[in-house]
Amino acid sequence: MLSIVEIDYGTPKSTSGTMVELDIDGRSVCVPEGTSVLRAAAQAGIAIPKLCATEMLDAFGSCRLCLVEIEGRKGYPASCTTLVSAGMKVNTQTPKLAEIRRGVMELYISDHPLDCLTCPANGHCELQDMAGVVGLREVRYGYDGANHVHPEIDMEKSGYGWTALGADDQGRSPKTVPNPLFVGKDESNPYFAFDPSKCIVCSRCVRACEEVQGTFALTIQGRGFDSKVAASQDNRFLDSECVSCGACVQACPTATLSEKSLIDKGQAEHSVVTTCAYCGVGCSFRAEMKGQEVMRMVPNKDGQANHGHSCVKGRFAIGYATHPDRITTPMIRARISDPWRVVTWEEAIAHVASEFKRIQARYGKHAIGGITSSRCTNEETYLVQKLVRAGFGNNNVDTCARVCHSPTGYGLKSTMGESAGTQDFDSIESTEVVLVIGANPTDAHPVFGSQMKRRLRAGARLIVIDPRRIDLVRTPHVQADYHLKLRPGTNVAMLNSLAHVIVTEGLLDEDFVARRCEPEPFARWRALVAQDKYSPEAMESVTGVPAEMVRDAARLYATGGNAAIYYGLGVTEHAQGSTAVMGIANLAMATGNIGRKGVGVNPLRGQNNVQGSCDMGSFPHEFTAYRHVGDDAVRHSFEQAWGVTLLAEPGLRIPNMFEAALDGSFKGVYIEGEDIAQSDPDTQHVTAALTAMECIVVQDLFLNETAKFAHVFLPGSSFLEKDGTFTNAERRVSRVRKVMDPKGGYADWEITQLLAQAMGYPMHYTHASEIMDEIAALTPTFHGISFDKIDELGSIQWPCNEEHPLGTPVMHVDEFVRGKGHFMLTEYVPTSEKVSTEYPLILTTGRILSQYNVGAQTRRTANVMWHDEDRLEIHPHDAEERGIAEGDWVGIVSRAGDTVLRAMISERMQPGVVYTTFHFPGSGANVITTENSDWATNCPEYKVTAVQVTRVNQPSEWQKRHRAFTETQEALLEQSVKPA
Amino acid sequence: MKRAIDIAMLPAIPEHIRVAVLEVTTRLKGTPGALLPILHGVQDALGYVPEEATPLIAREMNLSRADVHGVISFYHYFRQQPAGRHVIQLCRAESCQAMGAVALEQHVKRRLAVDFHQTTSDGAYTLEPVYCLGNCACSPAMMVDGELKGRMTPERFDAWLEAEST
Repeated sequence: MLSIVEIDYGTPKSTSGTMVELDIDGRSVCVPEGTSVLRAAAQAGIAIPKLCATEMLDAFGSCRLCLVEIEGRKGYPASCTTLVSAGMKVNTQTPKLAEIRRGVMELYISDHPLDCLTCPANGHCELQDMAGVVGLREVRYGYDGANHVHPEIDMEKSGYGWTALGADDQGRSPKTVPNPLFVGKDESNPYFAFDPSKCIVCSRCVRACEEVQGTFALTIQGRGFDSKVAASQDNRFLDSECVSCGACVQACPTATLSEKSLIDKGQAEHSVVTTCAYCGVGCSFRAEMKGQEVMRMVPNKDGQANHGHSCVKGRFAIGYATHPDRITTPMIRARISDPWRVVTWEEAIAHVASEFKRIQARYGKHAIGGITSSRCTNEETYLVQKLVRAGFGNNNVDTCARVCHSPTGYGLKSTMGESAGTQDFDSIESTEVVLVIGANPTDAHPVFGSQMKRRLRAGARLIVIDPRRIDLVRTPHVQADYHLKLRPGTNVAMLNSLAHVIVTEGLLDEDFVARRCEPEPFARWRALVAQDKYSPEAMESVTGVPAEMVRDAARLYATGGNAAIYYGLGVTEHAQGSTAVMGIANLAMATGNIGRKGVGVNPLRGQNNVQGSCDMGSFPHEFTAYRHVGDDAVRHSFEQAWGVTLLAEPGLRIPNMFEAALDGSFKGVYIEGEDIAQSDPDTQHVTAALTAMECIVVQDLFLNETAKFAHVFLPGSSFLEKDGTFTNAERRVSRVRKVMDPKGGYADWEITQLLAQAMGYPMHYTHASEIMDEIAALTPTFHGISFDKIDELGSIQWPCNEEHPLGTPVMHVDEFVRGKGHFMLTEYVPTSEKVSTEYPLILTTGRILSQYNVGAQTRRTANVMWHDEDRLEIHPHDAEERGIAEGDWVGIVSRAGDTVLRAMISERMQPGVVYTTFHFPGSGANVITTENSDWATNCPEYKVTAVQVTRVNQPSEWQKRHRAFTETQEALLEQSVKPA
Repeated sequence: MKRAIDIAMLPAIPEHIRVAVLEVTTRLKGTPGALLPILHGVQDALGYVPEEATPLIAREMNLSRADVHGVISFYHYFRQQPAGRHVIQLCRAESCQAMGAVALEQHVKRRLAVDFHQTTSDGAYTLEPVYCLGNCACSPAMMVDGELKGRMTPERFDAWLEAEST
């Protein structure tokens, strides 16, 4: 069912600039060339009946309802597949058309249940609407003939001939026999049901799966009247190739595919546009509401990042927001071995303020700090860093981007001058060569992954650089031209090899470099990568990739037309993460692939607001928009606005906080929405640091892993419960809108404000928009941004200011933000984390489509049906050598620690490399990862850990301790003392 | 959310099917529009297109299982179960219908106790509809294992069946 508020124009919008004038029903209509007659009419307010057409999909012409008459043309062409032409005269309503349409509807309805009043789509069913529109009054064929509606056939009424169905020994048929065309409901998917008896075989679901999602999980099985929609090989949806994105459900014009929430609770009465709180794609959604309850989430067709598409997480996995595990009252305790005590907000806030003041009085003002999450809104992260800098009086604020994209900020800033991706997502529509390195878009950024696959199916070439055979390498109708299956930890070697080929084979864009880049650094870089040691042949033994393939890939990237690089955490989370980001920027500059549509350098941000949390000054050394705290002019502007003196010295990064906690100089921390105990590397080190602290304040939805070490718990609010903005991977600032009251009573920014006031620093915002106004006033790249303006434009890509009043889809167009592009030197330095006889395998980590990060949200949804434990992926060769079979328990030991997971044998791995996800706390994925980190930003080296894997029969010691600790903490929560 | 590629990795495909399918796909997958020739090749080799062949064909062709299943199920010619020892094809085209094919069809179904696309319980006969055998002058027509039989009637069918089973 489509959104309850959107108008559907029937066929996709034409992007042509040439206008065509035609006549429809005596009205003059002017539309872009390439527009269908159906859409032209719809835009003019003339509704032509339709069933198989929707503007999300290409015209199909199967339902035969949208027929029209066109003067000078024979017959009755379908208006969806007929494009407008100049001077065309169209009649959409004639007696003959009325007769045809009624006849068509009569056939549809003769094979459709007549249960409209009890149907979940009642009132929003397109079949029902069309029956009304064409004036259907009778069905001359009756309902007893061959049909898909009734489980049984009445042999007398049906007119069926003899059938073997139910016949006895003598060949006599009973009075009723099972209907061979009837198929019962498929309710296997946790979020939607498939009721084939209501299906009109318009193929919208099949086409949505192909065109929009690109999974090709659905088909029309059989032919003629026997045709039916089938998933994979007529499997249940859950057993099929379906990835549960829900595009089919949205496309269905009847109730055949319906959200279970719609079936259970009925339809919404209003709808609010908001932004998804999962990955960095930042999909726009319409939250369809009944009062304060979400009925369903429907991706917004006007959403500029997602154009009406979504994935299984954004559309369906929102149940966590109302999960019983939510903690909705503040709690405090003196020691982490004590039961929690439920307290009022006043008491909780006063307690935190007094503890923080006590700690500062005793250990100095640098003994406390704050950590925010990329899941918080811009306004929230801004406020926390303001609280820390202005209220705590130090710069000890950091954000979880420390452990994901901090190298992106550093690497792109130093080469091009801005810590952000250069393009909008739609730029890929003009891309001819896509280079994906260290990213897995179909799992981690599914909606953009679908857009990328669409472009690849349309002919763009693809280079994948990844140790694993990710889906993009080969997935139905998409195949990479080159998969450079490198060894983990050798990105910089690979990037230098690619650069070597470009430099030594004369593939540079010399003109671009001469005009746009600084000559000396370029010359130095050129000399560096031109050295023989970086030739693909010399690097082959390091990367493990055949030299000829590297050469071919480099040639394709440099000469294949518009080339765009997309990268993810597989680039940043390395000892040379920043170097690799610089290497990527160098490649783009050297080949002139910067500054226009279709090219660029595109970090795929992990979380919804990684870009935003970094933009908002969440790093200890930077104010908003990456301006160093040591910059006097910038600092003075903040001092003036905030009315305090600020420190010019950077504060502690997250890993420094742990170190300081362990050496006794860091004692208190305010953590908003971040779960460092699960997500940061070397878990035992993290938990030791947490245990050494005196006041840990966790503000979150759930008692997460970190909260189990906390002394104060402040109930946070979900994205449905507050106003604010998120900034996605393409610098797009979108609104988050409150659709229900905060379960704990306050939006997160209000809690920060209460805390600031209690600490003696005044904050008096009455709405999140006022925080954005302050950000805009203090930040040149945000000068033009306000909630009102976002409401007006839908979303805004920063920079948005006097120079770019409508925002900036593509950056560095005429010149780089820093002026001239700067080639940074990218000497390859192998990581110190090396395989040995003791630790012969490399472990690398990642995520899976159905789960999200530490899983705090998705583990509390039905998404666990697809992934209910983290497993260790291992190549059959490595498994066989160790006597490991599918599903065996295996111990994974590194220099940092060990854990136990079940094995999944997979040819996606290369021999010598194992892989796991980190969605479940008990998995202990980060017990194994080491303290190694990026040389520039301390971003942990999650992607390279030397390990040994062996069969075992019991959990690791850490897992046993973790389980016992978890049980204790859950008991302490159970025993929480409530006020009388 | 099972991926095609994972399914194909499962060891559930009987070896003779795997070998036959890979022989055909390796030979034909480079040619344009290869899916139909491949399905013909598999049916020629195995007598039918087994369900287990679909994931393998899909993987080799870089299609989804749904893609392949849709094509197999569209063409009645591709059978998804092994046929009986003999295949009886009854013509249902216009000329034959005008000459009593519907009554013949009812009779044959009842006599064999099967519907179209089914095989008798003893595995002897598979009954298939066909649309024009090009034998309109001798309607209604029937074909058994590739051999045409014209002017078929219920009585002649019974006589033929008697003769066959003795």
